[in-house]
Amino acid sequence: MSTITLHDALGQALAEEMRRDPRVLMFGEGVATKRTDLLEEFGAPRVRNTPLAEGIIAGTAAGAAATGLRPVADLLFAPFLCFAMDEIVNSAGKLRYMSGGQFEFPLVVMAMTGAGWTVGAQHNHNLEAWFVHAPGLKVVMPSTPADAKGLLKAAIRDDNPVIFLSDIGLLFVPGEVPDGEVVVPLGKADIKRAGTDVTLISYAKTVHHCLEAATALEAQGISAEVVDLRTLKPLDEATLLASVAKTGRAVVVHEAGGPCGVGAEVAAILAEKAFASLKAPVLRLTGPDVPAPSSYVLEQAFVPQAPAIAAAAAKLLNSPALV
Amino acid sequence: MNRTLANPSPADLLARMMLIRAYEEKIVAFHAAGPFPSVCTSVGQEASAVGAVTALRSEDQILTNHRSAGHLLARGADPGRMLAEVMGRQDGYCKGRSGTLHISVKELGVVLTSTIVGGELSLAPGVALSRTMLGGSGIVACFFGDGAACEGIFHESLNLAAVWNLPILYIVENNQWQAFVHRKETMVGDHIAPWAASYGIASRTVDGNDVEAMHRAALEAAAFVRENRKPFLLEAWTYRQRGHMEPNDQSYVDPAELESWKGKDPIDRQVARLLASGALTEAEVEAMRAEARATIEAAAAFAAASPFPDVAEVGEGAYA
Repeated sequence: MSTITLHDALGQALAEEMRRDPRVLMFGEGVATKRTDLLEEFGAPRVRNTPLAEGIIAGTAAGAAATGLRPVADLLFAPFLCFAMDEIVNSAGKLRYMSGGQFEFPLVVMAMTGAGWTVGAQHNHNLEAWFVHAPGLKVVMPSTPADAKGLLKAAIRDDNPVIFLSDIGLLFVPGEVPDGEVVVPLGKADIKRAGTDVTLISYAKTVHHCLEAATALEAQGISAEVVDLRTLKPLDEATLLASVAKTGRAVVVHEAGGPCGVGAEVAAILAEKAFASLKAPVLRLTGPDVPAPSSYVLEQAFVPQAPAIAAAAAKLLNSPALV
Repeated sequence: MNRTLANPSPADLLARMMLIRAYEEKIVAFHAAGPFPSVCTSVGQEASAVGAVTALRSEDQILTNHRSAGHLLARGADPGRMLAEVMGRQDGYCKGRSGTLHISVKELGVVLTSTIVGGELSLAPGVALSRTMLGGSGIVACFFGDGAACEGIFHESLNLAAVWNLPILYIVENNQWQAFVHRKETMVGDHIAPWAASYGIASRTVDGNDVEAMHRAALEAAAFVRENRKPFLLEAWTYRQRGHMEPNDQSYVDPAELESWKGKDPIDRQVARLLASGALTEAEVEAMRAEARATIEAAAAFAAASPFPDVAEVGEGAYA
């Protein structure tokens, strides 16, 4: 076990997968400039800088993936993906189905998002639900260095296009990563804390806010279970349903805005498939439906924080009729 | 049918063009007969497709666009499986998941077809990167139109191909029309070829309605890309003789311009050339036309007899 940041965990995953499979290559804006260790070990053909042109970066990844390579494209900040939507959504996501299965698209698109660096709404926009809605894509958003490493390795090995979103606020937070091979399968949620009274469902940085809330709730005699979705598509319905079958209550928490978000999807699944287990309405705590602000205090206010999560959970237990 | 046409004779080139024309005329006839899926025909652009595609080798790969029937048939695609795809049948190249607009044929090296205008330009560098990194001498031919050249991705694609020395033969079929808008309304100059110089890419414009000139130019351009492992842009000067899509509507087309270009029809020109040289007789030309039509009639019968896909499979196949 070693303690490293999420950023370094991603570096380890990239290096290990490039070592394992010569078809893996990485390109993007500043990739070769910043990842000098990868450049040194694997050489310029496999670690490439690109023009600041997200459309062609993503399109090149799709074309390369369809014809034998396994590219990892770094597009830096999630809002920049708007320049690459055609290539990601219309090409990488659709052309397997549209070609009658003639082509596969084993590629990873990496981007950062979330509050933490006060970069404002054109560098911080949690777009994950857009990609969940797009057929053919998988979507990953980890909360710990160990998960980040294991999920990125699984994403690189997956034969589908994977959108891999890193939470800016977690990038330089250290965490324990097991030694040796770490592969976290896509589509498996993780119970970060077990509990019996209420399920707090989240991903990325708000998982940590849920864990804080669970500690606070414990002091009130409420046992909260924290489910980290980790992969947003495919969603691990089995783990969600098993948890809610046990607790009968759920709060879904994410930094992205509410309308048609991942929380809405989770709430709908629980309504459809766990209705008989529910003792109270499913609640959502999300970022407001506004562009992410820059000012540090506004940026923090934008993100659901532990006290609000604890209050919501307590309300479900104490006065569900008033929710 | 041969996958590639090695050293095609002038008559071979004519025969391929006739096959494409017969295919497109069959589509038009289907529309005249009743409801039929909408199709973007390539009538008038057969010389560009045949001249260029027959200049490629079997190891080369092709990216095309929504007006792709000519490229596919020139490459040796089975018109029966193409029509089956258009008609949404199980025997279509993409099992009815594509329709006419996005037919790709991996076994022929027609690797991906995106009909988002410019989509083929976005994918081409990656395909060429695979060629470069995985070995092999093949090049990538990317067919697009003057409309796609006005997309931002055209410039991103050419710039990256130049910077990374990617073996891409860009073939812009300047057919004068960008869907429902004449290129005179969307471009200051007439030609795309000069734009390539901005990226340090060599280019030329060729009479895209002269199949022999097109073929020679494409052979030279492909040889340049193959030997230098860097991109080249070839502009085919041609004309879309029908509307953007079927059923045909050309109410917005200047009749004088249309007639002028019909006077330069690529098939008529090649027929006249071969008759004048004595290479073919009138009877042989008519026999070739009849053979092309018969091939397409058989293809249409095959397509019509092909079953529809199993609807139980509608939710399958998006993921590996």
